[in-house]
Amino acid sequence: MPDYLIDAYDLHKSFGETHAVAGVSLRVAAGEIYGLVGPDGAGKTTVMRLLCGALTLDDGEAQIGGFDIRRQVERVREQIGYLAQRFSLYEELTVQENLRFFAEVRGLKPAQWTPRSQEILEFVGLAPFRNRRAGQLSGGMKQKLGLAAALINAPRLLLLDEPTTGVDPVTRQDFWRLILPLLRRGDLAVLVSTPYMDEALRCTRIGFMRGGRIISEGPPAALRRRLDGRILELAGAPEKLLVEVARRDPGVETAERFGNRFHLRVAPGQAEIVAARLGDAIRAAGGVVTSLHAIDPQLEDVFIELAETAAGL
Amino acid sequence: MQRLAKQDHHNNLVIHTENLTRRFGDFVAVDHLNLDVEAGQVLGYLGPNGSGKTTTIRMLLGLLHPSEGRAKVLGLDVAAQPDAVRARTGYMSQKFALYGELTALENLTFYAGVYGVNDPARVREMLDTLGLAAVRDQRVHSLSTGWRQRLALATAIIHKPGLLFLDEPTSGVDPVARRAFWEIIYALAAQGITIMVSTHYMDEAEYCTTVGVMRAGKLLALDAPDRLKQALPGQVWEVHADPMLDALDWLETQPFVLRAALAGDHLRVVTPTDVDAATLHDALTARAIQLSQLTPGAPTMEDVFMTLSAED
Repeated sequence: MPDYLIDAYDLHKSFGETHAVAGVSLRVAAGEIYGLVGPDGAGKTTVMRLLCGALTLDDGEAQIGGFDIRRQVERVREQIGYLAQRFSLYEELTVQENLRFFAEVRGLKPAQWTPRSQEILEFVGLAPFRNRRAGQLSGGMKQKLGLAAALINAPRLLLLDEPTTGVDPVTRQDFWRLILPLLRRGDLAVLVSTPYMDEALRCTRIGFMRGGRIISEGPPAALRRRLDGRILELAGAPEKLLVEVARRDPGVETAERFGNRFHLRVAPGQAEIVAARLGDAIRAAGGVVTSLHAIDPQLEDVFIELAETAAGL
Repeated sequence: MQRLAKQDHHNNLVIHTENLTRRFGDFVAVDHLNLDVEAGQVLGYLGPNGSGKTTTIRMLLGLLHPSEGRAKVLGLDVAAQPDAVRARTGYMSQKFALYGELTALENLTFYAGVYGVNDPARVREMLDTLGLAAVRDQRVHSLSTGWRQRLALATAIIHKPGLLFLDEPTSGVDPVARRAFWEIIYALAAQGITIMVSTHYMDEAEYCTTVGVMRAGKLLALDAPDRLKQALPGQVWEVHADPMLDALDWLETQPFVLRAALAGDHLRVVTPTDVDAATLHDALTARAIQLSQLTPGAPTMEDVFMTLSAED
């Protein structure tokens, strides 16, 4: 039997009338990065908070690293490092003092966290700044300190709740450069939630969440194959005319802008017919087509399709 | 004659700054910024956290006094006529300024009052055009981020501004909601509203007619996305390698690599144009790295951003 760091079955959690998590089952093995992807309010954060024991389950069962989240909460927490969406640091304390605080909260003794904190600060690149007050750190450095705090107890499961929301591309790149090497050891798993598809692509598996459920799950490449042969890329001018003509075509389900191009999702088996018909229609309407051909589906195409399917459109 | 022509040109500009500078103590947040934006543009304003984007926007709104230089917005001097500037501009911040206890309609009516818009028809029009009628009577704290974002936009344009500032409007918003939001942005631009939007998401930068890139308070580039991409030195490669991190670690140290970065499930590598696929392939496979795919790629705005951000 594989070593699952998360083994959760039929999790439920309601807040008043809202069924925030409505039957989530999830297994994540060591070495995996599992991405929870979905619209705002789909239940991603609630799943994370259930798994780390910050919320209690209404129903369902889960084990973290083999420990039961109802009966062995303390053992479960020892397994987990959690970087919340809005993590708090003590701005008046130095980098080192912040780490010490989080270590003590986690119940670590100085003999445990002192050597560990040195190692972690080296790892995230904050060692030269250990005596700087957290309030004086840049946004990227604060995020690294948040990660360092989440790693202080040497967790086997790292929970990252939208870690790069509102963060610039350079800082996001730096962040993932830190996360990926952690996976090399093979004894750690990461559960990350994100609204961004380029980050979802970085995961070994993705679960699309909607309305408190995981409605589709698999490796990114497998999810993209859902729409194989169904995405046409259209470029030309004028753009307004292109999209109007495309949306009128009965074989076109959606026409979405991707930069200065459009991705058209067509009905199964219709790509060639639609491409020929649409090219003619655009030219007949006085437009110019510079590109119109089938392309490999992007994860964002799949996200949109799944979101619509679930919404019953 | 020449002076007259120059004057006319300036009058067509919705934003015009001359050496606009703001210092906080020793820190220069915005450093001699010269930025001209014509009417009808969607200007993407990019840069790392702390590069001066929000400070610029606050000065252009007349909320923050320049330390040096000057700025004109819609022909008005921001330092001399801040109230007139604010009456004719709209601003939506990354933290939506909405009242959680009030309904969507009440928030909108409140902001209409703040801007002196007393026409109930305008409030109804906003609810309709932004598709907010469905949540009209719901309290804001019960709305999802996507709805709140749309409502915040409605409050920012209730007074029909000529220029709209959007400060990281789509942070944390999923792809479907972001798309819906950008459809509205396009519709507003088509009505002639000039839009300046700061964002960390490079796919959104591709949607803009013009993109400015800031770093350390300075404007490094200002041009159409396509032209910025064409100007990117070197050739981009998409490299699917296993083990990916070993490949990245090694590529980063090679003299023939201008830049190497993670891009989802593969690497993006920029080399000088005289490096061909065979050279790259042989160099990697000699390191016992398996290549499942190695293809030339088209430059993206992320490549532009990362290259500009890394230059010294």
